Amino acid sequence: MTIWHIVLLASIAVLALKLAGFAVPASWAEKPTVARLANLLTVALLSALVVVQTFGSTRGFEVDARLPAVAVAAVLFALRVPFILVIIAAALVAAAIRAFS
Amino acid sequence: MTREPRTQPPEVTAAIRSSFAVGLAVAAYGISFGGLSVAAGLDVWQTCVLSLLMFSGGSQFALVGVLATGGAAAGGAAIASAVLLGTRNSLYALRVAPMIGPGRLKRLLAGHWTIDESTAVAAAQPTLESQRAGFWWTGLIIYVGWNLTTLIGALIGDQLGDVSRYGLDAAAAAAFLGLLWPRLKQLQPITVAVGAAVVAAVLMPVLPAGVPVLAAALVAVVVGLTNLFGTRESDIAEAEPDPMGER
Repeated sequence: MTIWHIVLLASIAVLALKLAGFAVPASWAEKPTVARLANLLTVALLSALVVVQTFGSTRGFEVDARLPAVAVAAVLFALRVPFILVIIAAALVAAAIRAFS
Repeated sequence: MTREPRTQPPEVTAAIRSSFAVGLAVAAYGISFGGLSVAAGLDVWQTCVLSLLMFSGGSQFALVGVLATGGAAAGGAAIASAVLLGTRNSLYALRVAPMIGPGRLKRLLAGHWTIDESTAVAAAQPTLESQRAGFWWTGLIIYVGWNLTTLIGALIGDQLGDVSRYGLDAAAAAAFLGLLWPRLKQLQPITVAVGAAVVAAVLMPVLPAGVPVLAAALVAVVVGLTNLFGTRESDIAEAEPDPMGER
C-alpha cells in the first residue's frame, strides 16, 4: 500500500461511517438505550482523547508541559471562561513552560 | 416550519454565536494537524485530501500518528485506528439526522460535516431551528477553517518545526476537555469519563495509537447497556452537552 492508498481508503471508510448513521431509521435515535449509549460513548471517547492528547507520545506515555496546560484549562472551564480563551491560555501555558525549561 | 423573515429568534443567534466560538477554536488547530501530517511523511496534497475527505480531527491525527512511527508499512493499523475512531461519528449522525430532515444532497453534506463539534453545538440548542443553525454553522466554519489551516500548517510545517513549541498539542487536549466538560453533570457520565480516562492511560504504553481510545469506549458500552449509576430515563434528555460550558 502506498500512502495515497492509505489516505483514500481511510478517508472513504470514515466518510461511509458518518453516512451510515443517516441511513438507519430515525427511530433508533429515540430508543433510551441508544441515546444513553451515544451520550456515554461520546463522554468516554472525549475523555480518552483528552488523556491521549495530554500524555501521548511516540514512547507511549509522557508527562510534559501539556499536563499543567490542561490543568489550567480545567480550572478555566470550571470558572466558565469562554472556550476560545481557554484554548489560547492552554497553548500559552505549554509554550511558555517549554520556552523557559 | 414557520420562519420569521426578518427577526431571528434569540436561540438561533445564540446557536450561531456558539458555532463561531467553537468553530474558530477548533479550526485553529488544523495548523497543528497540517504540520504534524507533513512531519509524518505525507505530502501537502495527501494532507489536504485527509482534511477535505475524511474531515474528522481525531481520525486524522490517529492516521498520521501511526504513519509517523510505522510509515506506509503500518498502513493497516493506521487505517484501523482512523476508522475505529470514526465510529463515533455514526452515533453522532444518528443524533443529527432527525434535525436535518429529508433531501439526499442535504443529508450527504450533513453526513460529511457530522463531527464532534457540529453535533455537540447542535445538541446543546433548545429548539429545532437553533439546532439546525448550530449544526450547519459549526460544520461550515470548521470545514472551511480546518481545510485552510491544514493547508497553512502543511505549507509552513517545515519552517514551523516542532508544533509543540507553540503549545498546539496542549491546545488540542484543552479543546477535547472543553467538549467533555459540559457533559459531566451527572454521576453516570462522570463515572464513564473517569473509567475511560484510566483505561486509556493504562493501555497507552502497550497498545498502538488509537486503540486505547477504542478500548476506553468499551467502558461506555458496558455502563450504557447495564445502566450502571443510571438515573431515570427522563433525565437522559436533559444530559445534552453544552459545548460552551458558559451558559
